[in-house]
Amino acid sequence: MIRFLTQNSWTLGLASLLILLLITTKLIQPDFGVSGLDSLARAALPYALATLGMAVVVIAGGIDLSLAAMMAVTSVTAATLMQGTTDGGAALVVLAVLALGATLGAINGTLIVTTRVPDIVVTLAMLYVWQGTALLILNAPGGSAAPWLRALIVGGVTLPYIPPALTEWLPKGVVFLLLTLAIIWLPIRRSKLGLMFYAIGSDPLAAFRSGIAVGPTKIAAYATAGLFAALGGLAVTMSTGIGEPIPGPYLLTSVAAVVLGGVTLGGGRGGLIGPILAVFILRLVRMDLTLLNVDPNITTIIEGAIMVVVVMFGAVFATRGRS
Amino acid sequence: MTAALRLMAQNPLIPLIILLFLLIGALELLQPGIVNPRWISNTLKFAIPLAMLAACQTLTMLTGGIDLSAGTVATITAFVTATLTPLIGVPLALTIGLSCALTAGLINGFGIAVARVHPLIMTLGTALIANGCLLVYQRYVIASGTKIPDFLVWLGTGRTLGLPNGLALFVPFAALILWTQQRTGFGRLLYAIGSNENATRLAGVRRGPVHFALYALSGVIAGITGLLYLGLVKTPSLSLALPLDLPSVAAAVIGGTSIFGGRGGYAGTIVGALILTVLATMLTLLQMPEGARRILFGLIILAVTALYIRLTEKG
Repeated sequence: MIRFLTQNSWTLGLASLLILLLITTKLIQPDFGVSGLDSLARAALPYALATLGMAVVVIAGGIDLSLAAMMAVTSVTAATLMQGTTDGGAALVVLAVLALGATLGAINGTLIVTTRVPDIVVTLAMLYVWQGTALLILNAPGGSAAPWLRALIVGGVTLPYIPPALTEWLPKGVVFLLLTLAIIWLPIRRSKLGLMFYAIGSDPLAAFRSGIAVGPTKIAAYATAGLFAALGGLAVTMSTGIGEPIPGPYLLTSVAAVVLGGVTLGGGRGGLIGPILAVFILRLVRMDLTLLNVDPNITTIIEGAIMVVVVMFGAVFATRGRS
Repeated sequence: MTAALRLMAQNPLIPLIILLFLLIGALELLQPGIVNPRWISNTLKFAIPLAMLAACQTLTMLTGGIDLSAGTVATITAFVTATLTPLIGVPLALTIGLSCALTAGLINGFGIAVARVHPLIMTLGTALIANGCLLVYQRYVIASGTKIPDFLVWLGTGRTLGLPNGLALFVPFAALILWTQQRTGFGRLLYAIGSNENATRLAGVRRGPVHFALYALSGVIAGITGLLYLGLVKTPSLSLALPLDLPSVAAAVIGGTSIFGGRGGYAGTIVGALILTVLATMLTLLQMPEGARRILFGLIILAVTALYIRLTEKG
């Protein structure tokens, strides 16, 4: 028990901070309830998915600056293809877009491995490439999303045979996120592949000498990030109903949330739960400040300050733990 | 052939300059007559702010860091100077503008040197905070109007003997950076920290003060770049120098500075900035859709860096 607590101290700290913030929100705005939770979850969803993708790559010792641009590509592809299709056609489109995302990520990874150019430079260059691709597909926001997709993330959960009052408080956005995590990340984490991600992240040379194919593992990590980016792009299309060719502000937020969530830049440490909690904390702080009628620009200052201070605190914490 | 390759590997500037001339040649082929003194002067004019901002990236990358706040700091200095000039006069406005840049640099330095935050995160955080401050500040000065000091316009857009006046600032600046990087103890410390931080520490170097000075310097350089760019663009906006942010990293990287530190230098960065500027003209000339232009831009950055790494690794 003690061991579990010390091993997950950062995540548990984040979780208690999130609960504290939720209580604060309720105190500030006594009306805050099911619908507030729902809109919070919906606003946080694309950020959370971008952060998941970033976290996987950072754990594997890389960084992907092209993540938001890949979200734009997948978002416009989905919206363009879905225009005028049936429900069944839309389901096919979703599968195709997910495959597309994984391919885009795999292209990033392959380029990094074959050119031997540092991750940050390759993905910086690919940021332009994917941005351009998104603009070629759709020059201005447009397209449409199938209504059933939209219904997937809007509102509370209702299950058959269970009274709605029991489950309605839980936003579908959160369930969507948890399902994604369970379907994509859990199998990877539990298998050899997940261990290999952590291994190449903490020491590529040691990983290579223990018989891990570092290159293909890295490509797999980037492909996983691409898959999360595709889900993020779909989430954008689902919540707005259109495709958005200009990448949103997801890149910086995802880096911030990954670091806040306890994943060290440089790789090999941390999990995916922490970054998700961090995304919700950042969104909730923003919401609280809006509720308090604080100037939205001051909110940006506070967000930056939180990020820097927490990372400083974390760095001091980590150095003390090691010595 | 092997001798030529070895020469290129030992002098990484040579292939870069060859590439620059190849690009200019291709441009001349695309549109005969375009390469004339007027075009050269224009290209230099736009390459100068990029090369100056890329100095921030080059110096910080030598130690294995990066300064992602450079574009924001440049914008803030430019905006503050332009908005304060009608209120309190040029000298005071300049002082306040540049002290904003210095403050941002010092905050970066504090976080990286004392609290040991990763430079990427620290400068990103500073950029976020600073951008927020700029937006708040903007609401208080919106009514007072803006004025750009005359000498900045002269520096940014003027021309003497067919050459842009910006060179009057850039040539001494570049000489100073090159001298600092090669001939001073500070410059050598940057390379030393970048190649092996532990060895440098064991050799008795205290890394804190070096980082502190480096990021403060980077902030000031970004501020000066902002002022020059203000004179060039002549319309202060809240996102003035932000489009230069990522290209400045690209210029340093194309110029052969390793993002992991210890290798490269400012001479390559200057050529890198020229290559990027020529490339931008070329892509505009080709009259492709905006999307295709961005794709080509990204692919060329990637190709040049990959080629460069292959070439220098063999030597």
